[in-house]
Amino acid sequence: MPLMEFKSTREGYGDALDELGQSHANIALVCADLTKSTESHKFAQHFPEKFIQIGVAEQNMAGIAAGLASTGMTVFMTSYAAFNPGRNFDFIRTQICYSNLNVKIIGSHAGFSDGGDGATHQMLEDVGLMRSLPNMTVLSPCDYWEAKKAIYAACKIKGPVYIRLYRESTAVITKKAGPFEIGKWQTLAEGNDVCIIGHGPVCAEALLAKEKLQEKSVSAQVVSACSIKPLDTDCLLALANSYTKLLVVEEHQKACGLGSAICEYLADKHPVKVTILGANDVFGQSGKYHELLAKHKLDAKGICASVLELLEEKNST
Amino acid sequence: MPQHKSHVHAQNSYILDLEKIAVELRQDVVKMLLSAGSGHSAGSLGLADIISALYFHILNVNPKSPNDPQRDRFVLSNGHTCPVLYAALAKKGFFERSLLKDLRKIDSPLQGHPHMGSVAGLDFTSGPLAQGLSFAVGLALAGKMAANLYRVYCITSDGELQEGAVWESAMFSGNKRLNNLTWIIDRNNIQIDGYTEDVMPLEPLRAKIESFNWHVLEINGHNMEEILSACDLAKNILERPTAIIAHTIPGKGVKEMEYKFEWHGKPPSKELAQQALQELRTLEGQIESDYD
Repeated sequence: MPLMEFKSTREGYGDALDELGQSHANIALVCADLTKSTESHKFAQHFPEKFIQIGVAEQNMAGIAAGLASTGMTVFMTSYAAFNPGRNFDFIRTQICYSNLNVKIIGSHAGFSDGGDGATHQMLEDVGLMRSLPNMTVLSPCDYWEAKKAIYAACKIKGPVYIRLYRESTAVITKKAGPFEIGKWQTLAEGNDVCIIGHGPVCAEALLAKEKLQEKSVSAQVVSACSIKPLDTDCLLALANSYTKLLVVEEHQKACGLGSAICEYLADKHPVKVTILGANDVFGQSGKYHELLAKHKLDAKGICASVLELLEEKNST
Repeated sequence: MPQHKSHVHAQNSYILDLEKIAVELRQDVVKMLLSAGSGHSAGSLGLADIISALYFHILNVNPKSPNDPQRDRFVLSNGHTCPVLYAALAKKGFFERSLLKDLRKIDSPLQGHPHMGSVAGLDFTSGPLAQGLSFAVGLALAGKMAANLYRVYCITSDGELQEGAVWESAMFSGNKRLNNLTWIIDRNNIQIDGYTEDVMPLEPLRAKIESFNWHVLEINGHNMEEILSACDLAKNILERPTAIIAHTIPGKGVKEMEYKFEWHGKPPSKELAQQALQELRTLEGQIESDYD
């Protein structure tokens, strides 16, 4: 791969929020003692009158966010995904989603990107929790630029949005220019033998896998499914028409993530074989980010091997 | 509250009016619960006097402009007692009284627990305990941020205080000195499984709340003058938020239910409802008052 820039999705959020603070008078930010590590500090420094330090109290934070939003504010509510929505799910469900309030829930350090903290601080169940809630939109950007655009898009719509972010600096694989729309997926690389659908920084691993596969004369399409809810059903149907087998890669439990959402839709509308790469009903552990990805076969090597297995299966049937 | 007596005495007719409204709210609660066939009797009846005081004297709310940004906000965190709130909203004119019979019925806006916006004047969602106070804190904070002078009133139950999240909100508002927030605790000493001091003791409650940097008042939650005086005084406590521990009798007004935790989550039978309405009718105009 050519020389790449590495930046985190949480930085994309922090930069976007700081910019939005300039143009939107009605934004407030609530944070539970993780201002710097969630990249919320720029907004907090530039707009101290709109920043509310909650302390380590994620449930109270969600209730306060709902109260603020009910008066017409757009409220960003930030912590680690393990606690927000991990800790405060009931408050999000009842106070924010059931009341359909304009709160943007930022869950950073999702997936395995927790800086070695281990299973307690990793979050592999948040997509399932959030996508099962009525009124909720769920976004999981693949890189810095997609994160920035996702924050802008979330700010534009009324109602609750969950945005899943990652701690790690990962390859910037999309461009500053180019559209972003909630409910629309982005093809990162064209192909015609197999399709890999991912969300989050594992999309960069999928692109690296594509290069390895090319050496074996396999052409893979790679799609970033940032919009997990709503799904891009037009794109998904087109993919199901073009390919008999899809590979979904995600830093999430195989149960109830993007792969499950895709299966729920396609099982009814256009059944094809879907294989999901993710945490297989296990907790994470401490370790370097890439070691953890490798352990769960979510690195380029693991994805490449899974694609070849999938194609083998195809050839043998 | 002797210091307020002369003031109250001069205008005691409105005290009597508020007491009368409380009886009417209780009658509505009994009818609604009977019609619904399920629901929470004890807390709904016990709060009738406080709800009457709030909606017919204290709160600056107007059914003609239910979304006025300047309006006072009310949050009933113990959402299971919402029948008495619905009765008050209907009486105030936020929606048709005929809706009351649809409590808990399919497709009714009067859900078993309050859902924000399902009827005009309903500014919050509640049910899972402890959430209402955090929502009220958000409202109070928004008022401060917008330099809007509305006040926020939040009622919680007492059993609810066993939820840790209540104390997150108490700590936050004490530290932020949210003097536009009044927290009323319905201290009726019961919860589903028994008496609070048997299930999980809350005492010393006043000291607990004071240690979170709140101003605390204690009142008889069925004495209209005390309710009004305490809410009035809370407006003048500028350096911290005010909590009012309102000592109430669960099931107040229906002898068969009074003081009994068994009536926390039950509606009356048809026979008991008839008896209760009879009792409440004879009570009308005879609720204990110094100025009667």
